[in-house]
Amino acid sequence: MQHKNRLRPFFENITFEREDNELILNFGPQHPSSHGQLRLMLHLQQEQIVKAHPDVGYLHRGMEKMAENMIYNEFLPTTDRMDYIASSSNNYGFALAVEKLIGLEVPRRAKVIRMMLLEVNRLMSHLFWLATTALDVGAMTVFLYGFREREYLMDLLEDYCGARLTHSAIRIGGVPLDLPDNFIADLKKFLDKLPANIKDYEDLLDTNRIWQMRMEDVGVISKEMALSWGCTGPMLRASGVKWDIRKEEPYELYDEVEFDIPWSDKGDNYARYKLYMAEMRESAKILYQVLDMYKDTSPELMAHAPKYISAPKIDIMTQNYSLMQHFVLVTQGMRPPVGEVYVPTAPSFWHTGVLTDLLPGHYIPDVVSIIGTTNIVFGEVDR
Amino acid sequence: MRPYTPKDNVQKKSYYTDRYWVAPQVAKFDVSTDEVFAADLKVIKGKFKVLDAYIQVEQMVVYIRPEDNFGVLKLMRDSLEYTQLSEMSAIDWLADKGQFEIFYQLLSMNKRKRIRIKCFIEENQAIESVEKIFRSADWAEREMYDMFGVKVNNHPFMKRILMPYDWEGYPLRKTYPMQGDEFASWYEVDKIFGKEARDVIGPEIRDAAAVDRYDTKRFARLGHEVAYGEDISEGEPDTVQTYQEEGGVFLVGKLTKEESVVITDRDR
Repeated sequence: MQHKNRLRPFFENITFEREDNELILNFGPQHPSSHGQLRLMLHLQQEQIVKAHPDVGYLHRGMEKMAENMIYNEFLPTTDRMDYIASSSNNYGFALAVEKLIGLEVPRRAKVIRMMLLEVNRLMSHLFWLATTALDVGAMTVFLYGFREREYLMDLLEDYCGARLTHSAIRIGGVPLDLPDNFIADLKKFLDKLPANIKDYEDLLDTNRIWQMRMEDVGVISKEMALSWGCTGPMLRASGVKWDIRKEEPYELYDEVEFDIPWSDKGDNYARYKLYMAEMRESAKILYQVLDMYKDTSPELMAHAPKYISAPKIDIMTQNYSLMQHFVLVTQGMRPPVGEVYVPTAPSFWHTGVLTDLLPGHYIPDVVSIIGTTNIVFGEVDR
Repeated sequence: MRPYTPKDNVQKKSYYTDRYWVAPQVAKFDVSTDEVFAADLKVIKGKFKVLDAYIQVEQMVVYIRPEDNFGVLKLMRDSLEYTQLSEMSAIDWLADKGQFEIFYQLLSMNKRKRIRIKCFIEENQAIESVEKIFRSADWAEREMYDMFGVKVNNHPFMKRILMPYDWEGYPLRKTYPMQGDEFASWYEVDKIFGKEARDVIGPEIRDAAAVDRYDTKRFARLGHEVAYGEDISEGEPDTVQTYQEEGGVFLVGKLTKEESVVITDRDR
């Protein structure tokens, strides 16, 4: 039944037999260090890359189409599946966009809990990044250490919302739950130990000869390239732009906490690695301050906006009108005012695009470490 | 009578059927309320025709003519310090206006301001690439073409990016059904086995919970183990289930109900 010629590999406009000594290497999409489903077509002269052509879309699920066909609260758990390493930040981006449309003010305790979730997620994501990148470069010990610490944080979030990876713990209008009893003590215990842990990683990697050879002066992104490609986060700050959205356009309570913006003008893999380590320390600093803020807040968790947000459960169970509105909000969904809002979004798509300009000139082993330090997550690239 | 569903916008659903509902709008402010934006707009107006401009949710929105997009964005980057293109894509208004809306979301780090440049194009009209100004437009424009079918002139590599190169249809258009069209549902079958194999293979089962009771090739049934592919339309055999091997295992004898003493007195 199977047609003879139908299963030919499908490489458009690419001939594999060439006479100019150029080899085309198909890297991925199942390569373990492509951190998901990245396929790279690398044109090689000997071992040097002369042209790179990233091919994405292997995890494309059509998030935008799904969002168009859902009501607002329905879509929130789907946002978890974009950057599944730090899912609360996706939840937050979506919730913030809808809140800006409605013009909602979130209660202070919800803000504090959101900041905790965001920073814990950042720590989780950075630890995951460190672990997997170190593994790609060959440092198995750091991989195990990084996952060990990340496990504590996942347990902590499991205590809070029951989920370890896809939290959906930030809702439009606030957060659904208050902190469990042991949460603050546990988080403090983790944070007290974190500096020693980070020092362990740095002792293993900082002056490690292999790590330095794979990282230093490899994958240099110039300031112009970073700006032109729309890079954000450590990708931008490692290239000499001191721009952190938490400082420049503060959301939640970031204007009330003190922290530094680590940055570097080197632009290479090593600079990005150092930034990730420094950012973990800053996250810990922020978390200490946020933990102190928690006890001075009143216990409201969701904003009061009867037209858009369901009333507290006690009202729904006792008051007829709250119950009716709850029914409408669950079955038909809220209808925010018609308008447009832009909230800074997931950057991995452009960080993958950078590879087009970044990889030429490098050698094959550099590809792995460069993909590592761009910290791309494919749920977010392909959506 | 069945309700009429519009064919030019298959995903338009009427959740609310309140005929008297007037949708509230997010407030728009005049550009003169913000000094920085007012100065920027003055510079743009000096060189290009601005159709409309307002501030919404702290960001300025400027409508321009589609043929000016390259010039305006170059001006924004070189003279007005908007150094980053954070996002660009299209919005499908074909059902309402017969047009696409193209937007460019810009960020100025020095001014800490965000601006959205917009223009309308007709369905088959192409737009000039801004990839020469912002490299991030390279992939964004490819994605726009992939998802909406908006063609971009002078782009270095105008191919689909997320969908396969030989895909037909543009998934983010409002006319594209949520479940995919006929081409989408037969894509793999057509490509690997050919169209003539559609009848043999049959449509994909998209209901993850679907169980065919008589299908012994893909579904197992506990207590009624049958051979692969056996016909069980006449009924299936009962498989005897025991918890231990006949004769017992090492050190533990086989327990049978007949040979055992069943204790009924709890206090014994």
